[in-house]
Amino acid sequence: MSSLNAELEREDAVLELSGLRVRLGGRAVLQDIDLRVRPGEFVGVIGANGAGKTTLLKVILGLVRPDEGQVRIAGRDVRDARSLVGYVPQSFSPDPDLPLRARDLVALGLDGARWGFSLGGRQRRGRIDEALSWVDAERYADQPIGRLSGGELQRLLVAQALIAQPRMVLLDEPLANLDLRSQDDVVDLVGRVAHERGVTVVLVTHDMNPLLPVMDRILYLARGQAALGTVDEVVRGDVLSQLYGHHVDVVRVHGRILVVGGTDSESLTCSTCDG
Amino acid sequence: MLAFITELLAAPAVGTALLIGSLVAVTSGVVGVFVVVRGQSFAGHALGDIGTTGAAAAYLGGVPALYGFIGVGVLGGLAIERLGERARERDIATGIVLSFLLGVGSLLLYFMTQRISATGGPVAILFGSIFTVDPAVTLPVALFSLLALLLLGFLYRPLVFASVHPQAARARGVPLQGVGILFMLALAIAVEESALVAGALLSTALLIGPAAAAVRWTRHIGQAAAVAALLGLVTVWLGIALAYQSYFWSGAHRGWPVSFFIVMLVLLEYLLARIGPAKRASRSDAPREAA
Ligand SMILES: Nc1ncnc2c1ncn2[C@@H]1O[C@H](COP(=O)(O)OP(=O)(O)O)[C@@H](O)[C@H]1O
Ligand SMILES: [Mg+2]
Repeated sequence: MSSLNAELEREDAVLELSGLRVRLGGRAVLQDIDLRVRPGEFVGVIGANGAGKTTLLKVILGLVRPDEGQVRIAGRDVRDARSLVGYVPQSFSPDPDLPLRARDLVALGLDGARWGFSLGGRQRRGRIDEALSWVDAERYADQPIGRLSGGELQRLLVAQALIAQPRMVLLDEPLANLDLRSQDDVVDLVGRVAHERGVTVVLVTHDMNPLLPVMDRILYLARGQAALGTVDEVVRGDVLSQLYGHHVDVVRVHGRILVVGGTDSESLTCSTCDG
Repeated sequence: MLAFITELLAAPAVGTALLIGSLVAVTSGVVGVFVVVRGQSFAGHALGDIGTTGAAAAYLGGVPALYGFIGVGVLGGLAIERLGERARERDIATGIVLSFLLGVGSLLLYFMTQRISATGGPVAILFGSIFTVDPAVTLPVALFSLLALLLLGFLYRPLVFASVHPQAARARGVPLQGVGILFMLALAIAVEESALVAGALLSTALLIGPAAAAVRWTRHIGQAAAVAALLGLVTVWLGIALAYQSYFWSGAHRGWPVSFFIVMLVLLEYLLARIGPAKRASRSDAPREAA
């Protein structure tokens, strides 16, 4: 881990969190989070419900102010870095009758915050088509989004987050409500975004297993605290026992990882129960 | 048929009614699409109801009802938007603003019934007065409509973003509150103009009906707005023609109110949209996973 850190010191970090502390409603939600993420790295953020995963993303987006510590994006303050970050929020299920095509949803990521109508133009259309092709969504580009499958929608949201060519994308539970095959498809897609396009990915999920093939590092959240490193460094009995504050075991079966132990359902994820 | 149409157009009250009705239909149709997409029909309905208070005050003060409708609509809309910042609070805020202003309105309506010169007023306010409306308000109606449509044009992309996917919009820098307040202004104008035609009680018919049908039939917002405006126009024209006709069928030489016909036509459109085929489903055969 120390050699990795040394390497990171030399490289420019896309995302840098130092000494981050967040209190919400009188409770410490995140404490002492330190993180440096380099270009093209895929970081999985894992934790049970209420562990602070969404809060962490909101802090990076500048939507929640930390009580202490710093967030730098490509060396800049978060407020000056809005265009560098793409975001896929948690849970999106449009009304079935919503009159909006797949391409319209993607276009919102390009210029949805600008006033007035878009003047259209061939160049804009070209960029939208290109973003649709990154996620293999050309086939349903003109379909209304209310009638697409969860996997198809998730691809469109990735395209929406990527179309403005950010340095980093943050995805909040993009695998929730997807069947296993769609989960693997989305993970594979996002993995290519990181490793082929060089866009840093921070992906939040409560089950680490679908991410094992692509994840470079894991940020494991429990009790407001974090353990950071490669899967082999973090997902170990001793490390997680210390994080959870009681004894847990890490079991590997058929290439999957199970974290088991204790009876405290608040603090412990059963990584495979719902997979 | 042709003779009927020429006769219809020759009546001066009908000319004014058609002109004002058309302006209102287009504005309501276009604004209505966003109301449906944002799920704000309760706020729309409340704005129509509280318009009663403003119109009654205007009547008592000798000012055209339009200004009373719009004045109170805008204030009520801003109050709803200010009080109900989160979606969950919005319906509560709407309900509170609605009951407070309607309470004041009921007192004003009572005063009107006490004045011989204003006894027809409450009926006109509640159920519409398109055939008796002063032709002089045509220009203000046109200007208000223009204002509402320009506002929507200005808001277009952030409004679509904020309505469809608010969390992503906020992260991209869309000012959700500002967009919400400006949209509320356009909504207040559309509803209160519509109240002039169909009456305060039925003003949401033109707002929600054509838009709800259009949303089901179309694939993008621009298309939905165009179809809703067109449906609204047809509805208002037919409603006016039928109301004019009813003068001859109904005994006692008193026509039935336009709002009745408009509401019946809107209901018909909505039923057609629900029963009839919706927009084509995705060609991909994967069904949507359960949420
Ligand atoms: N605005 C808020 N006010 C008070 N508490 C909050 C707020 N937002 C989140 N929390 C609390 O912070 C904790 C972490 O929430 P969240 O980041 O959404 O968790 P996760 O995404 O991991 O499920 C939860 O206990 C939640 O109740
Ligand atoms: Mg969450």
